Amino acid sequence: MNESLLAVSGLGKAFRDYGSEWRRFASWCGLHARTKTETWVLRGVSFHVARGESIGIVGQNGAGKSTLLKLITGTLRGTEGTIAVHGRIAAILELGMGFSPDLSGRANVHHTAGLMGFSREDIAGVIAAIEEFAEIGEYFDEPVRTYSSGMQMRVAFAVATAFRPDILIVDEALSVGDSYFQHKCFKRIREFREQGTSLLIVSHDAGAVQNLCDRALLLENGALIKDGDPAEVMDLYNALIAERENNTITISSHASGRAQTISGSGEATVETIMLLNAAQEQVEFVDVGQPVTLLIQVVARKDIPRLVLGYMIKDRLGQPVFGTNTHHTEQALENVRAGQRVEFRISFPMSFGQGSYSVSTALVSTDTHLVNNYEWRDLALVFTVSNLSRPVFVGSAWVPPKIEVCSL
Amino acid sequence: MKEIFLAIWSYRHFIVSSIRNDLRSRFARSKLGGLWMILQPLAQVAIYALVLSRIMAAKLPGINNRYAYVIYLMAGMIAWSLFAEVVTRSLTIFVDNGNLMKKMAFPRVCLPIIIAGSSLVNNLLLLVTSVGLFLLIGHPLNMAMLWLPLLIGINLAFAVGLGLILGVLNVFVRDVAQVMTVVLQLLFWLTPIVYMPTIIPDRLRTVLEFNPMMHMAVAFQNVILYGRAPAIAGLVVIAVAATFLLLFSLILFRRAAPEMVDVL
Repeated sequence: MNESLLAVSGLGKAFRDYGSEWRRFASWCGLHARTKTETWVLRGVSFHVARGESIGIVGQNGAGKSTLLKLITGTLRGTEGTIAVHGRIAAILELGMGFSPDLSGRANVHHTAGLMGFSREDIAGVIAAIEEFAEIGEYFDEPVRTYSSGMQMRVAFAVATAFRPDILIVDEALSVGDSYFQHKCFKRIREFREQGTSLLIVSHDAGAVQNLCDRALLLENGALIKDGDPAEVMDLYNALIAERENNTITISSHASGRAQTISGSGEATVETIMLLNAAQEQVEFVDVGQPVTLLIQVVARKDIPRLVLGYMIKDRLGQPVFGTNTHHTEQALENVRAGQRVEFRISFPMSFGQGSYSVSTALVSTDTHLVNNYEWRDLALVFTVSNLSRPVFVGSAWVPPKIEVCSL
Repeated sequence: MKEIFLAIWSYRHFIVSSIRNDLRSRFARSKLGGLWMILQPLAQVAIYALVLSRIMAAKLPGINNRYAYVIYLMAGMIAWSLFAEVVTRSLTIFVDNGNLMKKMAFPRVCLPIIIAGSSLVNNLLLLVTSVGLFLLIGHPLNMAMLWLPLLIGINLAFAVGLGLILGVLNVFVRDVAQVMTVVLQLLFWLTPIVYMPTIIPDRLRTVLEFNPMMHMAVAFQNVILYGRAPAIAGLVVIAVAATFLLLFSLILFRRAAPEMVDVL
């Protein structure tokens, strides 16, 4: 079963501006109208998906992920290149669309399934299953305008996945809705996968990509720059983000949507900050329990009587997870000369739960930044912790348990 | 061209259920519901009849019915309402369904067919009501009415062809819809629906001859009111025009389809 389910070759999509619509009309009539500007949002993308293989698509905002999915789904037509699909595609791009508010959920299900190309008999066969999966009770026969957005999403997901497709395209749409239903959705997606459905998933969530995908594609500025093992691709992706963070350091908006603040008098600054694994290689992606080293290089711009480095690791929501400084560890440096470089190596086991974390640094003279604040840097480093080798656990801390079970 | 028909065939259930939904949702929250479909054109007829019957009644020689003018009005309205409904709705068909087209892959050609179907159902209901009304006011059915299916078919084809072309253009140049609302109103008055062609000065009447909807309206009036066969020449011209418009609209649609979603 190694036949190619989806073959994309040399795919490109350009949005054309003809300057005048008359020129556009002329181009349909075969006249060679010159286009004013062509904006390529995707170009030269080629890849194959084998039957049953699952692919994660990652990339920064505007890299062309959504365009690629729309091209594969068929809602957008490519400007060049080909897409060959051998099988049925179902897409969960944006849920809840296409519902008429005045018709009942049941009528809308019929309508949407018809839009997907199913016959009345097919639909009649699954409508009970859809109703059951959506779990919205009597609302199923009420007009959709009375639904909450969560209920609409439930019905929409139930219809979209009522028939097992050969390829299931999942955009980040699944991040909405209550967690109970999210789990139900992911369960169904996993079941489909086990039954041989290929998944195409767009996600920023490293965990989801690693968990569900056999391969990952990295898009950057409309080009496919990496096609390979999910872990490798995620590392490159994280490196790309890190690079961008460095470039936009003065802009106070961070890739994660949070505001980055750098403040201080500037007598000393953090020059380099990176996370190293046991092999002393730079990583942005860490397995739970792995030993890591946080390497921070500081340069003094002026003579400083006393230098203290503080760091704080925060979770995705900005809650502190762990923080300390060299004042508390009694390692404060005295009489630092201008131009002197100091390297701090902070080693610790990555005892955090899955998720994204950020590191903030502070260069101060005492145990707080209120006396002398040389530099305070939020979001100096962002890294992701994923659980690849430990038993499944939840929460933000990894507290390795030893469980003894004995029947009495 | 063959793929288009195959796509239509495989989506026939969707088309039928969409037509039903379309009719249903249009009147979903009104008390009178589907009755509005016929009440609206009837009300329009009633208004014109009320305002104009005194002036116009004298201009209809040879008909021995007090309500001759009402019948004349209804005949023209049946022709016009189908044409106007199809064209108006086709104009914004792709713009209105832009969201759907961006998110779902389905044969886009279903959209104009759904409009044609739902307008046709509407028109047939109006026709049936009118016939009921005719019987009530003492205007019996006649054999010439057997022409009606053909007339309605040509009328529909003409309207769909024209509407689809305008609908495609309107995606790229939104002014089309604005202009067309005015043009349609002008066309209504250039069509002898509320008045008779005989009251128009000869010079102007040659202008009217160029309006295809005039031939359509006159054909309906001939069949329904006078009970005689429509003028074949006029019909053939419209039928040929309709065929060309339909073919052209399909070609235009095929060329434009790849770029349509880009600008929606």
